[in-house]
Amino acid sequence: MSYLLEVSGLEKAYGGVKAVNGVSFRVKEQTIFSVIGPNGAGKTTLFNLLTGIERPDSGSILFHEDQLVGLPPFKVALKGISRTFQNLQIFFNMSVVENVMVGCHRLGNASMLSAIFRLPSMLREERLIRHKALKALEFCGMSQMRDKPADSLPYGQLKKLEIARALASEPHLVLLDEPAAGLNDTETVELSELIKKLVENGITVLLVEHNMGLVMDISDEVLVLNYGELLAMGTPSAIQKDPKVVAAYLGEE
Amino acid sequence: MRLLGLGIFAAVIAILPLLFPENYYVTVVGVTMFFNVILAVGLNLFMGYAGQISLGHAAFFGLGAYSSAILTTKFGFNPWLAMGAGVALVWIVSYLVAKPILRLKGHYLAMATLGFGIIIHIFLVQYDTLTGGPDGLSSIPELSIFGWPINSDLRWYAVSATVMLLSILFSLNIVASRHGRALQAVHGSEVAAETMGIDTSRVKVHIFVISAVMAAVTGSLFVHEQAFISPDSCSFFFSIELVTMVVLGGMASTFGAVFGAAILTYLPEFLVVFQDFKVLIFGGILMFIMIFLPEGLFVGLCRLFTHFKQEQKECLTS
Amino acid sequence: MYEQLLQYLITGITVGSAYALVGLGFAIIYNASDVVNFAQGEFVMIGAMSAIFLNAAGIPYVLSIALAVAITAAVGMALEKFAIEPARNASVVSTIIITIGASILLRGAALLIWGKDIYGLKPFTGEETIHIGPATLLPQNLWVMGCTAVSVFLVKYFFDRTRTGKAILACSYNKRAAYLVGINVKKMLLISYGLSACLGAVAGILIAPITFFTYNAGVMLGLKGFSAAILGGMGNPMGAVAGGLMLGLLESIGAGLISSGYKDAIAFIIILLVLFLKPSGLFGKSSWERV
Repeated sequence: MSYLLEVSGLEKAYGGVKAVNGVSFRVKEQTIFSVIGPNGAGKTTLFNLLTGIERPDSGSILFHEDQLVGLPPFKVALKGISRTFQNLQIFFNMSVVENVMVGCHRLGNASMLSAIFRLPSMLREERLIRHKALKALEFCGMSQMRDKPADSLPYGQLKKLEIARALASEPHLVLLDEPAAGLNDTETVELSELIKKLVENGITVLLVEHNMGLVMDISDEVLVLNYGELLAMGTPSAIQKDPKVVAAYLGEE
Repeated sequence: MRLLGLGIFAAVIAILPLLFPENYYVTVVGVTMFFNVILAVGLNLFMGYAGQISLGHAAFFGLGAYSSAILTTKFGFNPWLAMGAGVALVWIVSYLVAKPILRLKGHYLAMATLGFGIIIHIFLVQYDTLTGGPDGLSSIPELSIFGWPINSDLRWYAVSATVMLLSILFSLNIVASRHGRALQAVHGSEVAAETMGIDTSRVKVHIFVISAVMAAVTGSLFVHEQAFISPDSCSFFFSIELVTMVVLGGMASTFGAVFGAAILTYLPEFLVVFQDFKVLIFGGILMFIMIFLPEGLFVGLCRLFTHFKQEQKECLTS
Repeated sequence: MYEQLLQYLITGITVGSAYALVGLGFAIIYNASDVVNFAQGEFVMIGAMSAIFLNAAGIPYVLSIALAVAITAAVGMALEKFAIEPARNASVVSTIIITIGASILLRGAALLIWGKDIYGLKPFTGEETIHIGPATLLPQNLWVMGCTAVSVFLVKYFFDRTRTGKAILACSYNKRAAYLVGINVKKMLLISYGLSACLGAVAGILIAPITFFTYNAGVMLGLKGFSAAILGGMGNPMGAVAGGLMLGLLESIGAGLISSGYKDAIAFIIILLVLFLKPSGLFGKSSWERV
């Protein structure tokens, strides 16, 4: 059994504060791996380290046995890792389908010259990208709003748009940063169906989420972070019974 | 359908000199306007689409212009060869400058591009053995295409219009490609663009070099058309004029840039008293548009028009 | 060599004092409103030109200076009220364009009012040159240095010791929190712009007897002031003062050693080098926005 992602001894400090402190874990292919923990536990920092937005002080991140540490974010993305953001990072200056087509960027390679002269090869590639973008929108149930400007969408749809955009790059691994935050119950149910469908389609999901119901329901494995350190890791049912986790959460809430 | 606007614009430009062959506003000011359009369309790719700022764009225009002027008058270069050399120079210079400059954002980027523009301007004024100093250079030879000299207003009109239409076409093509989407993604959210696999610094450098090269070509054409160049033509104020054109028309709209360039070329021509007011009015336009119409006049008008049409439709259907 | 160096030092500190005051003005506005005010140089021009013309119109010297400072402060506050406040949600690029528009507008207005001629102001006291060893200086040089020192001290006192000054600082740290503890944020912004305009006017009036003024003299002074603010680390008022003095010195030494025609180019090359080589230091830790 091979692991898609192997993280070991990851550390990142800001000033004197260790946001991520010696975290190690492995993610199996085609599973849902969740990271939970109180606010400020270092979850988003972990995501930023994994996607190259920030550079770890030490540790290693192996993806398909390739070292990711030190790569700029766009190179990490080119390897097939895609993500969404806790506070939306939508391209509000573009339409819905264009947002998703940006997600397909890594699938194309038409040069600037072929774009300037609109060569047939470039047009063929454009058609393919558009087709893939529309498929990603359809997958997320957003086909009907494809031509709307992104800034006209309600919050729940924007969250889904980020997922569609992440999917469009045909990633092996998707990082979802609090996808359920701000969603109502129906939308949350839809979201959990969507995430399960991702895995069925061969994608591995890394999930940061505060909605415990959702996490426990869909995860194959759960990692608990507390003050940047790994507190516990295991199946949802094991985590729910872990006294350290209970203490950390009860102590906090 | 995609090129409908460009087609109509090209038709109008083709018909105008047939109707008014001797009209100063068509054949003389028209050429100036075409040059400004190329500059504004190029700058708009960098400012409007990629969401960056350049307050020193006139420097590239100046480098292109002076390269042609110096190489043809002092070194006897063939004008086309000189133009090629000027474009190559600007290509290299803009590429070298772009790398460090485009790591900067916001105020720092504004300051760095502005500083670059001023340094080039000072160099053009001070290095008088080569550039002719504040007086500039004159008697620059004319251009000719395979023995067909471009020596009349109408011929310049045809040549500059062709180059301008091509630059608009290229700009529209770039925008409607994955490279155009990458530009807009950089504008929308740099961090998201990176995580979608876009090398944002490379995208910015590319578009900066493209718009600089467009400015260099324009500068070179300008110098042959005027047969004269002085540092005044590429001053800090000209950089600001170019920004005003882009902002007035509406950022992130190629035809917005065309519109802005056209208005700001003709406005001073039609109002004779405008000369003294020019500075005041340019400043006023910049402030007014940015505060009250940040989308720009052209884009704002377009939106108003489609909104109106939609309302009409709703009235008809309900 | 030594004698020239002393002369460069005197010139450099004099010019640098003006840059320091303009840079200080930049820092104050940047702190209060996150706006880099590209119209800062116009305050310098308006201060100097108003003083020159009021004095020429027969108003007593000291009174015309006071009036000129007041006029400039009013212009600064008007800028905040009518251009910055209505666009408070605009992007960085938009606010840059707005303040550039404001600077051009003010310059255009100055062109209409005062024309393109060159003017100078009578020195504060006497025109007899003072000899210090091999170097010479005018009484006005001493006025420039002295008044700059006093102004900087007053600004520091204002922010460290007075209630209003502390309130402005509070706004610069967190506008919302300042608002919640009952600080009138709008008023504080207005005061910041007024104060910053005053500093510009003072700089202009101080150097008007040494360098001549035209309607477009503010461009370079403003840009040098901005450079001073960047050199000292944006948003650090005392850093801006140090940056201004440093820039003035480097410029005058560079002009002396290379060529005075390239004086301005030297200043901008320094700024570009600082921006290129230490962008991280100027940005803080990371250039990525928080996600």
